Amino acid sequence: MSEAVAPFPDTRDDTIRPPQSVVTERRYVRWLLIAVALTFLALFLVLPLITVFAQALAKGWGAYLAAFTEADARSAIVLTLTVAAIAVPFNLVFGVAAAWAIAKFEFRGKNLLVTLIDLPFSVSPVVSGLIYVLVFGSRGLFGPYLVEHDIQIIFAVPGIVLATVFVTFPFVARQLIPLMQEQGTAEEEAALTLGASGWHAFRTVTLPNIRWGLLYAVLLCNARAMGEFGAVSVVSGHIRGLTNTLPLHVEILYNEYNFVAAFAVASLLAGLALVTLAIKSFLEWRYADDIAAGTRRH
Amino acid sequence: MRAGELLALLGPSGSGKTTLLRIIAGLDFPDRGRIIFGRDDATRVPVQQRAVGFVFQHYALFKHMTVAENIAYGLNARKRSERPEKAEIKRRVGNLLDLIKLSGFADRYPSQLSGGQRQRIALARALAVEPRVLLLDEPFGALDAQVRKDLRRWLREIHDRTGQTTIFVTHDQDEALELSDRVAVLDRGRLEQVGTPDEVQENPVSPTVLKFLGDTIEVEAIAQNGQVLVSGRVTPLTAPQGVSGPVKLYARPWQLQFADADTAHLHGTVRSSYRTQGRQRIEVDREGAKTVVVEASDTARLAQGREVGLRIVGGWVFP
Repeated sequence: MSEAVAPFPDTRDDTIRPPQSVVTERRYVRWLLIAVALTFLALFLVLPLITVFAQALAKGWGAYLAAFTEADARSAIVLTLTVAAIAVPFNLVFGVAAAWAIAKFEFRGKNLLVTLIDLPFSVSPVVSGLIYVLVFGSRGLFGPYLVEHDIQIIFAVPGIVLATVFVTFPFVARQLIPLMQEQGTAEEEAALTLGASGWHAFRTVTLPNIRWGLLYAVLLCNARAMGEFGAVSVVSGHIRGLTNTLPLHVEILYNEYNFVAAFAVASLLAGLALVTLAIKSFLEWRYADDIAAGTRRH
Repeated sequence: MRAGELLALLGPSGSGKTTLLRIIAGLDFPDRGRIIFGRDDATRVPVQQRAVGFVFQHYALFKHMTVAENIAYGLNARKRSERPEKAEIKRRVGNLLDLIKLSGFADRYPSQLSGGQRQRIALARALAVEPRVLLLDEPFGALDAQVRKDLRRWLREIHDRTGQTTIFVTHDQDEALELSDRVAVLDRGRLEQVGTPDEVQENPVSPTVLKFLGDTIEVEAIAQNGQVLVSGRVTPLTAPQGVSGPVKLYARPWQLQFADADTAHLHGTVRSSYRTQGRQRIEVDREGAKTVVVEASDTARLAQGREVGLRIVGGWVFP
């Protein structure tokens, strides 16, 4: 091509420069930061996770599987599932009801309620367990009455359920309140003017609008319910085969230097965490708008 | 409110028009007063049983339902004994889709529709339950100017065809005056005036109504022996019965004319002028008083800074 047909004036001497990156850090600084972050993740997250599985399989699959067939391990699994099966639905109902009340209605003491819902997040799990001992223990507030009627709450399944419910209390409500607030009340009002009862409107309008956010919250709530250690440890009494949940079972095995079994059971919890993480990521990727308040789709 | 009429609730923002509409619908409750439908006191009737159709400013369509499901919602929400047959519901939805001219859209979702289309769906959904009264809360507020105009005309057509008793809320005077059989002007929670568009424009009962219905010029005047004087000169207006002394005179931009200094009521200098929809609007600065806007077809006297005289040829006087 001859230079004569160049469509644009020669800008070599002009002041126009190619656009520079808006990221002002030099390349090596960026690499350094990334390297630090990755090292940190590897050291504190990936390595321990690998260790769990490595230790669990240290004596082969036979020893690994034996850890689950043992009676105490089985009862711990059953108990953990039972506790989650009670605590999660309870908090599901409570969380939806609380979020509904807070997001859709104005009433006195609303801020107090929001603060109270957050309480379990800010209280140490040990304290969460201890309060139930103080209330339901044999020397506690209702102790004499409970002893008299032969009702066992502390060092028994009801206590474990109570502690778990308390600790996992905020998950559903916290997730739903901003979501429902953002969605406002217009659709529900529209349903009511069309003749729908409150319950019908909730079922056909509110619930479909929050379903993915709800699933997300239930998932996190469940992970915590199954994995809770501190609060449950206080109220459980560590009775093998009776009041040991999976996390407590891991601790006992570990303290008995039964490393393979301890890590095998721990690998179950780690697996639960990984599955939770995977589903959580999928939900976040696919239904981001329906899970968290913020962007509206139209 | 008369059966079969199209009533506009007009008022500035915060005047309580939406609240009134919500009270009529049963979504809010009055501190005082009663809501009466026909001969029935509906004040304590819950929203579900009031048989109202409510159309929201932001449509409030059910996002997770198709257009047809949205329209059928009210029918499906009924008790089994009162619910029409499936085929009947389908037929009614089809008719309503024809009415709103969206027949091919039954299986779309609201997010796939434009604002104007969504608002038509919302209207069809409200009409599906055959309400005693249709309530529209700023139905065109969220739409752009062209769509608004089309929808306005279309709403009037639908109303003429169905004879549906309708109340709609708006803060747009033009919308209210163009669309409604009667206009109710609200201000700060008070009903100022109810009347046909002609009545409220020709005989506004208060300065508030007057000012809200369009651009207004406010001038100090004196009432004397039944006459109204501005700057010592008689105007063609008559003073209200038994009023004398200082009064306020209100006029529309087209009720002022340019005049020679010896017949003018007001004097000022031209600040600017602009042309809009075939009319010329001229802003005139007055010394020690508010700038007034004059509307005229006369283009000869527009030079900026020029001194002009203005004569009042019409208007209203309030004490």
